[in-house]
Amino acid sequence: MIKALVAIFLASILTENYILNKFLGICPFLGVSKKLNTAAGMSLAVTFVMVLSTAVTWPIYTYILVPNNMVFLQTLVFILIIATLVQFIEIILRKYIPSLYKSLGIYLPLITTNCAVLGVTILVIEKGAADPSFGYIHSLVNAFGAGAGFMVAMIIFSGVRQRLESSDIPDFFKGLPITLIAASIVAVSFLGFQGVVDGLLNQ
Amino acid sequence: MNKNLRLEFTKGILKENPVLRLVLGTCPTLAITTAASNAIGMGIAATIVLVCSNAVISLTRKLIPDKVRIPAYITIIAGFVSIVQLLVKAFAPAIDQTLGIYLPLIVVNCIILGRAEMFASKNTLLPSILDGLGMGTGFTAALLCMGIIREFFGNGTFFSIPITSGFIPPVIIFILPPGGFFVFGILIAISNLISKKESIKDINCVNCPVKNSCAVIPKKENAK
Repeated sequence: MIKALVAIFLASILTENYILNKFLGICPFLGVSKKLNTAAGMSLAVTFVMVLSTAVTWPIYTYILVPNNMVFLQTLVFILIIATLVQFIEIILRKYIPSLYKSLGIYLPLITTNCAVLGVTILVIEKGAADPSFGYIHSLVNAFGAGAGFMVAMIIFSGVRQRLESSDIPDFFKGLPITLIAASIVAVSFLGFQGVVDGLLNQ
Repeated sequence: MNKNLRLEFTKGILKENPVLRLVLGTCPTLAITTAASNAIGMGIAATIVLVCSNAVISLTRKLIPDKVRIPAYITIIAGFVSIVQLLVKAFAPAIDQTLGIYLPLIVVNCIILGRAEMFASKNTLLPSILDGLGMGTGFTAALLCMGIIREFFGNGTFFSIPITSGFIPPVIIFILPPGGFFVFGILIAISNLISKKESIKDINCVNCPVKNSCAVIPKKENAK
């Protein structure tokens, strides 16, 4: 059980990285990765919302949508849950934990339309459908791992971008194009992790 | 009048191409363009959602209170995405297989929310529909461009017809994730080179649908 959870966690950071492998959450990856502290803040907020929304959507899907044959409403229900949840978290943080609101709150409105959050809630349901042993705990660990992977990619990339700022590049490559090409090289490095997790745990 | 309407349609294809000029909807652009045929499936699905949601939002623009407009738009868009999802599952199960999770993720595609916020909520029915059609066509064209390049280099085929696959070994990295970033970077650089004056220096927060509620970017830049 523990071994399986560790495998899920590591796999979702290294081999199934949401940004570099699944291309989910590219907008914040390109938009907010300029500075290290905004990159870290954004990814903390994303991780928080990912785990919370998986914690809410999984039981609703399994115990309300499936028994009532309303699986086709999945997309609609999930996005509304995420939007409400984000709004709710924002209100609670602002009222009760203003210090946390100051550091995370500003990223929250961006997260509703972040495809990584909707992506993780749908993907864990798909994994559960393919493999019945993939339950609630597995889903939560997967969501947390996805958030951690998001953070790893954001932080590595913010370092790369700081180096890019001072380099001399052709004019029409400046800005977004060179950023994307740098992202491509970072993604190459993550290809190297393929098989690492299986190899580590099946020794 | 007629000329204006035509302009609403054509601006989305080149001048304001949602992918290459506005840099919206990057996730599906990178993810599903491993083959040219995927690009068409995704493009058509997104265009249908875009046209329908633009039409409904334009018709209801006076009914929706300003404060709750974003959740209302998301609900309308999610409704149409569910319809498209069911239709694709029923009539084109092969496309459903290849697009996988990216089909429901059309809900959070910023092109659709962006056009709702920037265009459909301020314009009447006909221009909104044409705007949706034009943006959808531009999106499909950009996806197709990426798809053809990546499929040709990464697999040696064109719409699954073998071209160089027999005698030149394919450069597989083009259909792996890094190839997506690389080809997209090159395409944006080329589009910058062509339209020298308005080259994209950075990801464009001006076009982001949630920029008004976003505090990451200082308010001064938002106002621009």
